[in-house]
Amino acid sequence: MVHWSAEEKQLIASVWGKVNVEECGAEALARLLIVYPWTQRFFDNFGNLSSPTAIIGNPKVRAHGKKVLTSFGEAIKNLENLKVTYSKLSELHCDKLHVDPENFRLLGDILIIVLAAHFTKDFTPACQATWQKLVGVVAHALAHKYH
Amino acid sequence: MLTAEDKKLIQQVWGKLGGSEEDIGAETLWRMFNAYPPTKTYFPHFDLSQCSDQIRGHGKKVVAALGTAIKNLDNLSQALSELSNLHAYNLRVDPPRFSLQLLSQCLQVALAVRLGKEYTPEVHSAVDKFMSAVAAVLAEKYR
Repeated sequence: MVHWSAEEKQLIASVWGKVNVEECGAEALARLLIVYPWTQRFFDNFGNLSSPTAIIGNPKVRAHGKKVLTSFGEAIKNLENLKVTYSKLSELHCDKLHVDPENFRLLGDILIIVLAAHFTKDFTPACQATWQKLVGVVAHALAHKYH
Repeated sequence: MLTAEDKKLIQQVWGKLGGSEEDIGAETLWRMFNAYPPTKTYFPHFDLSQCSDQIRGHGKKVVAALGTAIKNLDNLSQALSELSNLHAYNLRVDPPRFSLQLLSQCLQVALAVRLGKEYTPEVHSAVDKFMSAVAAVLAEKYR
């Protein structure tokens, strides 16, 4: 069981409270597909992913990014119970989507860079440390049901 | 592989730092020690408190090395050869392909914090590729 201090919970809540889930999700997913182009392998039916501009403007990317980050919000609401919360999602990613869990780590790191660019100075080292821990724990929970 | 466009973007980004390289170096290391405590195991001889002279000094060294790399993007292997030897035979930091990811992440956060929207997906991609290339060179002689 992962322990979260009061300070960590505060740092998570204060950042999350100011995040526009739709914009941030879209940006994070777009950057994943741009910075790590091999991740496009999971999105064959998304249409035009031929350039950064195409990816950023792609409506399916935006919609899926929003979905992913909305789910991340669920994780934040259930920090004490993540493995259970993500149990079905983990099975889905393994059995149906066949996603290598390494990709969860990549997306987590990208999300952090998006937050840093958005919040600039307010994304303090303490903030980053807490959020790196959070994305790590979320990635771990998502990988938990893999077999 | 670093494209011509990547190289241009990297040089541009570095140009925008105008003199704050030392601050960025110190901040990068401080973020890394906070976010990834095991990285501190390589610095038992350091004062690891915030803004310590040693962190500033080492941050400056790291950023200077990256600056050298950026001036020699067409010839990274040769430009970083000494540093590659140092990491392989002396420092023996957990092979750079793993550890440099942590340094790279924290450097990119430090850059994103300073550049905000200017840290575009294209710039992000170029810097990430650059740091991977540096890590590969530093790991070349490990075994």
